[in-house]
Amino acid sequence: MTKEKKECSFFQVTDLSIQFGGILALEKVDLEVQRGEVHAIIGPNGAGKTTLFNCICRQYKADSGRIYFKGKEVSKLKPHQVVSNGIARTFQNIELFTNMTVMDNMLLGCHSKRQTGFFSDLVFWGKAQNQEIEFREKVEKVIDFLDLQAYRNRLVGNIPYGAQKYVELGRALVMEPELLLLDEPSSGLNMEETQDLAFSIEDIKMDLGITIILVEHDMRLVVDVCDTVTVLNYGRLLAHGRPTEVVKDPEVVKAYLGEEN
Amino acid sequence: MRFVKRMNYLQDIQLFKYHSTIGWYLILITAFLAAPLVMGTYWVSLLILIGINIIVALGLNLVTGYTGQVSLGHAAFFAVGAYTSAVLTGKFGVSFWLALPASGVVGALVGIVVGLPALRLKGLYLAIATMGFGFIIEEIIVQWEPITNGVNGLSIKRPSLAAFSLASDKHFYYLVFPIVLLSVLVLKNLLRTSSGRAFLAIRDSETAAESMGINLAVYKTAAFCISAFYTGIAGALFAHFMRFIGPENFTILESISFLVMILVGGLGSVHGSVFGAVFITFLPEGISLSKDYLPTFIGQQAGLQAAVYGLVLLLFIRFEPLGLYGRWLKIKFYFENFPFYKKDTFRKVRKFHRTQKQ
Ligand SMILES: Nc1ncnc2c1ncn2[C@@H]1O[C@H](COP(=O)(O)OP(=O)(O)OP(=O)(O)O)[C@@H](O)[C@H]1O
Ligand SMILES: [Mg+2]
Repeated sequence: MTKEKKECSFFQVTDLSIQFGGILALEKVDLEVQRGEVHAIIGPNGAGKTTLFNCICRQYKADSGRIYFKGKEVSKLKPHQVVSNGIARTFQNIELFTNMTVMDNMLLGCHSKRQTGFFSDLVFWGKAQNQEIEFREKVEKVIDFLDLQAYRNRLVGNIPYGAQKYVELGRALVMEPELLLLDEPSSGLNMEETQDLAFSIEDIKMDLGITIILVEHDMRLVVDVCDTVTVLNYGRLLAHGRPTEVVKDPEVVKAYLGEEN
Repeated sequence: MRFVKRMNYLQDIQLFKYHSTIGWYLILITAFLAAPLVMGTYWVSLLILIGINIIVALGLNLVTGYTGQVSLGHAAFFAVGAYTSAVLTGKFGVSFWLALPASGVVGALVGIVVGLPALRLKGLYLAIATMGFGFIIEEIIVQWEPITNGVNGLSIKRPSLAAFSLASDKHFYYLVFPIVLLSVLVLKNLLRTSSGRAFLAIRDSETAAESMGINLAVYKTAAFCISAFYTGIAGALFAHFMRFIGPENFTILESISFLVMILVGGLGSVHGSVFGAVFITFLPEGISLSKDYLPTFIGQQAGLQAAVYGLVLLLFIRFEPLGLYGRWLKIKFYFENFPFYKKDTFRKVRKFHRTQKQ
């Protein structure tokens, strides 16, 4: 049974644990995501959601556990190899390159696709030049997709917070991932922007066919756009299932609202 | 007011935004080519020193300004380049034209070795580590007498090209100038490609850079390597220009003065490296020229030069942290948008974000 599962699931995390000093940030966490779904990870503050992302992207080295993506083990990669395996992410506290323009930020998303070495870059002729144009075309497509035209040549540090969130999303899309990890994409956005985000996520899923895992606190967004949900609490898996069922789970309600309920 | 109409992607990656800029640069280059014909030897030798300093400033800016790795050890790369060429040409009779690239390569190799600790160290710690490296090289120069002639220093000959001697400053100028131009062009090219952006990315956020697929180890080492190559070449030129080098040319003060160059000129900008090198090379000359006009109790003061350096640095950091290049941008912006300039355009806006929704 378990062996069969491993073969058919698109993305799978098994038995993942990581400890920081005395804190067990993740304890034997399992996660399974099918191709084409939007999967939410929810849980109270400090539940270990961001830590899970960091482990997937190899920014933290998990103490134990394995991660499989499209049948390949990705839990031994170097952090910079993750993206070329088709996994891109955004960060909870925006990690943009603040002293660069929106364009340059998004061009950096193309980095993993580069075909030239240092030396052809030094002369900047032929291949290096064509590649640069190709990258720009790719970025323009994403800019159109996310409606960021107005900010194209602005310094990223000077544009509104909501737009910065979109630039980060755009930068991840430029990487042309098959699996996209979004860490609290709606934090800091107002109601209207959150609604726009919900549409964008649907578009990414339907038009680009990218599988998404997102960490989210806004339950409305979760119920609206997600197909499945995993609930974490103190680093442990609490529940797993369809959003509408999970929010009714007494264990989940207890974790969110406290003991009395 | 000037506008750029974007018609294709190639336009965005050109070195010059306007056609007229190319014209201006050509005029500038011609002027510099003609300079030795009309200038006295004193000014020509000053121009050569400026050129050498520009090469170092470009290299240092790549590692410190663009990649964000502070280096207080660039005098050491400078020394490695200088001594490599001096020893190769002087002791082993190697042609200068081979010794020059060799100095760059040896510098680059040493740069890789110094780049390795940079993979683990950041900020102040890296600065201290590179400074330590500078002391080590200085000590090696003093102790390794059979090769470096210790504290007595080495004398070096000016090179020649076939039958054509480059012994006079005016001729040497025509050796340095094309190398400076080439250094600027190569760096400019590198910076507008994905390699160049990767350096900047590392400066702004290492975590994000890594998640873009940038191998931090490779890029940090590459930054040190290229930077040291530049500095090594400059060192070789310096040795052959001065005709005499000793350990006193490569002290920590020299490293600091390189750092001041890019700070004053503008961190993370090619223009800034040039401005800074010009400014800092002129400064001591300006000070010694003005000595006669100053009141004696200031003019004859021993530490005058160091004090002026310090003062200049302080004023820049306080009033123009972007350096001379920042000032230049503002002036350019003023003219480009002529009737519409607003005083607060460049004022930093302090922002508060809601990052967490509870
Ligand atoms: N680098 C680290 N060093 C030490 N402890 C850490 C580290 N990263 C995370 N932790 C701890 O792991 C636990 C989980 O943190 P994590 O950031 O994953 O929470 P989260 O679910 O993302 O919370 P939030 O909703 O606030 O973002 C916390 O107790 C945190 O203090
Ligand atoms: Mg988090």
